[in-house]
Amino acid sequence: MTNAEIRAFLEEAISENSVMLFMKGTPDQPACGFSMRTSAALNSLGVKYAALDILPDPRIRQELSDLSGWPTIPQLFVDGELVGGSDIVMEMFESGELAELLGVEQPELEAEPEPEQPVQQRPIGLENRLN
Amino acid sequence: MPTADELKTRIEEAIPGAQAQVEDLTGGGDHFRAEVVSDRFDGLSRIDQHKLVYDVFGSEVGGPIHALSLKTSIPGGN
Repeated sequence: MTNAEIRAFLEEAISENSVMLFMKGTPDQPACGFSMRTSAALNSLGVKYAALDILPDPRIRQELSDLSGWPTIPQLFVDGELVGGSDIVMEMFESGELAELLGVEQPELEAEPEPEQPVQQRPIGLENRLN
Repeated sequence: MPTADELKTRIEEAIPGAQAQVEDLTGGGDHFRAEVVSDRFDGLSRIDQHKLVYDVFGSEVGGPIHALSLKTSIPGGN
Protein backbone atom coordinates (compact mmCIF):
# COMPACT_ATOMS: atom_id res chain seq x y z
CA MET A 1 0.00 0.00 0.00
CA THR A 2 1.27 3.46 -0.78
CA ASN A 3 0.86 6.32 1.69
CA ALA A 4 -1.82 7.80 -0.53
CA GLU A 5 -3.72 4.51 -0.46
CA ILE A 6 -3.51 4.40 3.32
CA ARG A 7 -4.76 7.96 3.48
CA ALA A 8 -7.67 7.18 1.17
CA PHE A 9 -8.51 4.09 3.22
CA LEU A 10 -8.59 6.14 6.43
CA GLU A 11 -10.70 8.87 4.87
CA GLU A 12 -13.17 6.27 3.67
CA ALA A 13 -13.29 4.62 7.10
CA ILE A 14 -14.08 7.99 8.71
CA SER A 15 -16.75 8.93 6.21
CA GLU A 16 -18.45 5.54 6.05
CA ASN A 17 -18.58 4.69 9.74
CA SER A 18 -20.67 7.04 11.84
CA VAL A 19 -18.73 6.00 14.95
CA MET A 20 -15.12 5.27 14.07
CA LEU A 21 -12.43 4.56 16.64
CA PHE A 22 -8.74 4.44 15.76
CA MET A 23 -6.87 2.65 18.51
CA LYS A 24 -3.84 0.61 19.44
CA GLY A 25 -4.96 -3.00 19.40
CA THR A 26 -8.58 -4.05 19.15
CA PRO A 27 -11.60 -3.55 21.44
CA ASP A 28 -11.12 -7.14 22.63
CA GLN A 29 -7.37 -6.84 22.96
CA PRO A 30 -6.45 -3.20 23.44
CA ALA A 31 -2.69 -2.63 23.39
CA CYS A 32 -2.64 0.57 25.43
CA GLY A 33 -4.51 1.86 28.48
CA PHE A 34 -5.80 4.96 26.71
CA SER A 35 -7.23 2.89 23.87
CA MET A 36 -8.67 0.44 26.38
CA ARG A 37 -10.52 3.12 28.33
CA THR A 38 -11.89 4.73 25.21
CA SER A 39 -13.25 1.53 23.72
CA ALA A 40 -14.59 0.49 27.14
CA ALA A 41 -16.55 3.76 27.31
CA LEU A 42 -18.14 3.02 23.94
CA ASN A 43 -18.84 -0.56 25.00
CA SER A 44 -20.56 0.54 28.15
CA LEU A 45 -22.80 2.88 26.17
CA GLY A 46 -23.77 -0.09 24.04
CA VAL A 47 -23.15 1.75 20.76
CA LYS A 48 -22.03 0.05 17.61
CA TYR A 49 -18.73 1.32 16.30
CA ALA A 50 -16.00 0.48 13.89
CA ALA A 51 -12.48 0.17 15.22
CA LEU A 52 -9.18 0.16 13.40
CA ASP A 53 -5.93 -1.01 14.91
CA ILE A 54 -3.23 1.46 13.89
CA LEU A 55 -0.33 -0.74 14.99
CA PRO A 56 0.17 -3.01 11.95
CA ASP A 57 1.86 -0.25 9.93
CA PRO A 58 3.47 2.91 11.38
CA ARG A 59 2.31 4.87 8.35
CA ILE A 60 -1.33 4.46 9.45
CA ARG A 61 -0.73 6.61 12.50
CA GLN A 62 1.30 9.14 10.52
CA GLU A 63 -1.38 9.55 7.88
CA LEU A 64 -4.16 9.65 10.48
CA SER A 65 -2.48 12.40 12.50
CA ASP A 66 -1.76 14.35 9.31
CA LEU A 67 -5.38 14.31 8.31
CA SER A 68 -6.89 14.87 11.76
CA GLY A 69 -4.31 17.29 13.16
CA TRP A 70 -4.37 15.22 16.35
CA PRO A 71 -1.05 13.78 17.50
CA THR A 72 -2.02 10.84 19.70
CA ILE A 73 -3.99 7.61 19.64
CA PRO A 74 -6.85 6.83 20.25
CA GLN A 75 -8.95 9.11 18.09
CA LEU A 76 -12.71 8.94 17.98
CA PHE A 77 -14.68 10.26 15.02
CA VAL A 78 -18.44 10.67 15.06
CA ASP A 79 -20.23 11.52 11.81
CA GLY A 80 -16.92 12.29 10.17
CA GLU A 81 -15.80 14.75 12.85
CA LEU A 82 -12.96 14.23 15.29
CA VAL A 83 -14.43 14.17 18.80
CA GLY A 84 -11.13 13.73 20.57
CA GLY A 85 -8.66 11.42 22.18
CA SER A 86 -9.08 9.53 25.42
CA ASP A 87 -9.12 12.57 27.75
CA ILE A 88 -11.93 14.29 25.89
CA VAL A 89 -13.85 11.08 25.30
CA MET A 90 -13.63 10.14 28.99
CA GLU A 91 -14.63 13.63 30.12
CA MET A 92 -17.60 13.52 27.76
CA PHE A 93 -18.47 10.00 28.86
CA GLU A 94 -18.50 10.98 32.51
CA SER A 95 -20.56 14.11 31.94
CA GLY A 96 -23.12 12.32 29.76
CA GLU A 97 -22.21 14.40 26.68
CA LEU A 98 -20.93 11.36 24.83
CA ALA A 99 -24.22 9.49 25.31
CA GLU A 100 -26.04 12.58 24.09
CA LEU A 101 -23.80 12.93 21.04
CA LEU A 102 -24.31 9.28 20.17
CA GLY A 103 -28.03 9.39 20.88
CA VAL A 104 -28.03 6.71 23.54
CA GLU A 105 -29.03 6.52 27.18
CA GLN A 106 -26.35 7.16 29.72
CA PRO A 107 -25.96 3.94 31.69
CA GLU A 108 -26.19 4.00 35.43
CA LEU A 109 -22.68 4.87 36.47
CA GLU A 110 -20.96 2.36 38.63
CA ALA A 111 -19.29 5.24 40.44
CA GLU A 112 -22.22 5.19 42.88
CA PRO A 113 -20.76 3.93 46.10
CA GLU A 114 -21.81 0.40 46.79
CA PRO A 115 -24.12 0.22 49.75
CA GLU A 116 -22.04 -1.09 52.53
CA GLN A 117 -22.68 -4.74 53.10
CA PRO A 118 -23.34 -5.45 56.72
CA VAL A 119 -20.70 -7.85 57.84
CA GLN A 120 -22.31 -11.14 58.62
CA GLN A 121 -21.25 -11.84 62.15
CA ARG A 122 -21.48 -15.44 63.03
CA PRO A 123 -20.80 -16.61 66.49
CA ILE A 124 -17.54 -18.41 66.86
CA GLY A 125 -18.63 -21.97 66.69
CA LEU A 126 -16.64 -25.08 67.12
CA GLU A 127 -18.12 -28.25 65.85
CA ASN A 128 -16.74 -30.94 67.97
CA ARG A 129 -16.41 -34.21 66.12
CA LEU A 130 -13.89 -35.77 68.44
CA ASN A 131 -16.51 -37.63 70.35
CA MET B 1 14.31 13.66 28.07
CA PRO B 2 11.72 16.36 28.85
CA THR B 3 10.80 17.14 32.43
CA ALA B 4 7.47 18.26 33.87
CA ASP B 5 8.97 21.69 34.65
CA GLU B 6 10.20 22.05 31.09
CA LEU B 7 6.76 21.26 29.70
CA LYS B 8 5.16 23.72 32.10
CA THR B 9 7.53 26.49 31.01
CA ARG B 10 7.04 25.78 27.35
CA ILE B 11 3.24 25.80 27.64
CA GLU B 12 3.23 29.04 29.63
CA GLU B 13 5.64 30.73 27.20
CA ALA B 14 3.76 29.61 24.10
CA ILE B 15 0.30 30.50 25.40
CA PRO B 16 0.66 33.93 27.03
CA GLY B 17 -1.16 34.21 30.33
CA ALA B 18 -1.65 30.46 30.61
CA GLN B 19 -1.07 28.69 33.86
CA ALA B 20 -0.02 25.09 33.62
CA GLN B 21 0.43 22.34 36.12
CA VAL B 22 2.36 19.43 34.74
CA GLU B 23 2.91 16.06 36.30
CA ASP B 24 5.24 13.33 35.11
CA LEU B 25 2.94 10.35 35.54
CA THR B 26 5.53 7.61 35.49
CA GLY B 27 8.70 9.50 36.38
CA GLY B 28 10.06 8.25 33.08
CA GLY B 29 9.85 11.57 31.21
CA ASP B 30 7.43 10.27 28.58
CA HIS B 31 3.92 10.16 30.10
CA PHE B 32 2.68 13.52 31.31
CA ARG B 33 -0.52 15.04 32.51
CA ALA B 34 -1.11 18.77 32.20
CA GLU B 35 -3.85 21.02 33.49
CA VAL B 36 -3.85 24.29 31.64
CA VAL B 37 -5.91 27.36 32.47
CA SER B 38 -6.02 30.18 29.93
CA ASP B 39 -8.22 32.94 28.56
CA ARG B 40 -7.13 31.87 25.12
CA PHE B 41 -9.43 28.85 25.35
CA ASP B 42 -12.49 31.06 25.56
CA GLY B 43 -14.83 30.35 22.67
CA LEU B 44 -12.88 27.29 21.51
CA SER B 45 -14.25 23.76 21.48
CA ARG B 46 -12.54 21.34 23.81
CA ILE B 47 -10.81 19.74 20.88
CA ASP B 48 -9.40 23.08 19.70
CA GLN B 49 -8.30 23.88 23.25
CA HIS B 50 -6.35 20.64 23.38
CA LYS B 51 -4.91 21.19 19.92
CA LEU B 52 -3.60 24.57 21.04
CA VAL B 53 -1.60 22.83 23.77
CA TYR B 54 -0.49 19.94 21.59
CA ASP B 55 0.72 22.45 18.99
CA VAL B 56 3.25 23.74 21.53
CA PHE B 57 5.09 20.43 21.21
CA GLY B 58 4.46 19.56 17.57
CA SER B 59 5.68 16.12 16.64
CA GLU B 60 7.25 15.57 20.07
CA VAL B 61 3.81 14.43 21.24
CA GLY B 62 3.56 10.86 20.10
CA GLY B 63 7.34 10.86 19.80
CA PRO B 64 9.59 11.48 22.84
CA ILE B 65 6.51 12.64 24.76
CA HIS B 66 4.65 9.38 24.43
CA ALA B 67 1.49 10.65 26.06
CA LEU B 68 0.30 14.06 27.19
CA SER B 69 -2.99 13.84 28.98
CA LEU B 70 -4.76 17.20 29.04
CA LYS B 71 -7.35 19.06 30.98
CA THR B 72 -8.00 22.58 29.80
CA SER B 73 -10.15 25.28 31.32
CA ILE B 74 -10.89 28.98 31.22
CA PRO B 75 -10.15 31.02 34.37
CA GLY B 76 -13.19 31.16 36.58
CA GLY B 77 -15.23 28.81 34.45
CA ASN B 78 -15.25 25.66 32.45
